[in-house]
Amino acid sequence: MDIFLTQLSNGLAIGSIYALIALGYTMVYGILRLINFAHGDLFTIGAYFGLTILTTFALQGNVSPLIIPWILIIMAAAGVAVIGFLLERVAYRPLRNANRLAAVVSAFGASIFFANALKLIYSPNRQSYPVDILDLPNIPIFGVDVPSKRIIMFATAVLLMSMLYWYINHTRTGTAIRAVAIDQGAARLMGINVNRIIAFVFMIGPALGAAAGVLLGLFYGQIHPEMGFAFGLKAFVAAIIGGIGNIPGAMLGGLLLGVVEAIAGGYISGSWKDAIAFGALIIILIFRPTGILGERVADKI
Amino acid sequence: MDALKNNRFLGLWAGLAFFGFMVALALALELRGGGDVWLRTLNNIGIFAALALSLNIILGQTGLFNMGHIAFFALGAYVTAVLNSALGWPIVYTLPFAACITAVFAFVVALPVIHLRGDYLLVVTIGISEILRIAFINDVFGLTQGPNGITGIRRIEVFGFRFMTQFSQFYLIWGFVALTAALFYFLEHSRFGRALNYIKYDEVAASGNGVNTVRYKLIAFTIGAFWAGMVGTLYAPFIRTISPGLFEFKESVLLFAIVILAGGGNIVGVIIASFLLVGMRDVLTMFGDWSLLLFGVMMVVVMIVRPQGIMKPRRRRYDAGHLIGKFPSGIAKGVKKFTEPTVGGAG
Repeated sequence: MDIFLTQLSNGLAIGSIYALIALGYTMVYGILRLINFAHGDLFTIGAYFGLTILTTFALQGNVSPLIIPWILIIMAAAGVAVIGFLLERVAYRPLRNANRLAAVVSAFGASIFFANALKLIYSPNRQSYPVDILDLPNIPIFGVDVPSKRIIMFATAVLLMSMLYWYINHTRTGTAIRAVAIDQGAARLMGINVNRIIAFVFMIGPALGAAAGVLLGLFYGQIHPEMGFAFGLKAFVAAIIGGIGNIPGAMLGGLLLGVVEAIAGGYISGSWKDAIAFGALIIILIFRPTGILGERVADKI
Repeated sequence: MDALKNNRFLGLWAGLAFFGFMVALALALELRGGGDVWLRTLNNIGIFAALALSLNIILGQTGLFNMGHIAFFALGAYVTAVLNSALGWPIVYTLPFAACITAVFAFVVALPVIHLRGDYLLVVTIGISEILRIAFINDVFGLTQGPNGITGIRRIEVFGFRFMTQFSQFYLIWGFVALTAALFYFLEHSRFGRALNYIKYDEVAASGNGVNTVRYKLIAFTIGAFWAGMVGTLYAPFIRTISPGLFEFKESVLLFAIVILAGGGNIVGVIIASFLLVGMRDVLTMFGDWSLLLFGVMMVVVMIVRPQGIMKPRRRRYDAGHLIGKFPSGIAKGVKKFTEPTVGGAG
């Protein structure tokens, strides 16, 4: 039971990272039917921005450790939002009316570009966030010592996701985003500036991805220029499991994937955990072809 | 120009001219000496061209988003490597085994998922290829020797001639590409190929007109995998050491990009796109650390410049002249010949 609870807390922590990244995939897909394969690299860029900000402004020791994550998240998110905006302008907007797969290939090109740009700017090797940045005691839950880092991480992610959920459902811009996702033409007729909404979504998604990157750096310590690839793929899987295009689905899928992976890694074998994650995806899709919360699309006549 | 365009043997002549040029190029490189680097690049392109042609049946002709095609290539290469290095079989004998095992694997994994729509199928195929790669890394059944892979694969030997040099392998590989292109050309122009195109353009209409879509999709998937298994067999003795690192997801992406860039399943387009993307990736290595960065930029630029692909899908022609007068209504009696294409191509 102890192993189970430890792995559960571990899974929820890593799952919250997947969920935050998955939101970016699912929002872009909901609006453009485009799989933004460069999104994983935007997450990595966020992690590197966080590290740069942390070291340049010498935050450690001068600011309370509970505020540091928020400073990093806000600054990194702002920076990556700009990159997301530029990405859409340069790589996706010219392909808006082309074959859907052309944009997918362009996305891969952008992904390769970002990963290698990071290698050139920083270094191709792993880099570390300071280890002692959040020196907090473990918190006992049901008799298991859970590192407080995991709890902060989970809580931060849940807070960000709830903010997004509220924003999408209760503001004018959020309503416009939902409208564009349902029918671009009709939304345009209602006076919504579709291009602006799309650009905006390409800023929110990457901003959340950057937040996930900062959280990963703060709580797991090590970051790598090519890590966005594996995390991006997992998060994309999470978005599909939840039902791509569906925002609560991405959150659920991310947490579920994290937990399944952690428990499988703990009980079965660590070296097979990625395979188990993909296996879970295939099994879920066999039984629910559009994901857990995905809408059933009638395509049979 | 029209006479040239309407010539039904245009493809054949173009193909012959192209392969003639390739033979001359290889000879020139060999005779000049020191051309091994270039021959190696050409061989690499050839392997990817044959592989992309096998993906073309699945993605280009049938419209199934398969982004895990490298898995079938990997399986073919591994079966050959195991049979050759552990059991000592000559490559010529491993060829049918590798192809058939790959085809059976593809059939079994595709069976439960082939009905998935577009992007869902895409992610499932990614999953399948990743699971297979992880299995190779984890040394499944003690056959694959983990992350370091299998070494000491022998060269191909036919009738006592051993394909050792890049130059001799060039003929082997590009001969195989020519065979592949010819075979898939005939497949495309058969009843079977028309059914695949029908599924791609309008699946509902296809099934309404009596095309068993699930069956055709499965067959297309299996044929593509079968051929990828053969290319894998060719690849193993070419590279001599195979490891899971050679079959990463990004190789699948490259293949996918080749087929999309080719445009609508066009065979000539696939070969040109292989030159463009694989050749570029090899040539750009001269820029050292900057090479992949430039490659990424190039992928974006190429797609923006030609979003519809390099070539158009081939227009199908159907000579309905013999139908004149056969039916009471329909084709008018006065019309001599009806040679307009019957199936157009919307991307």
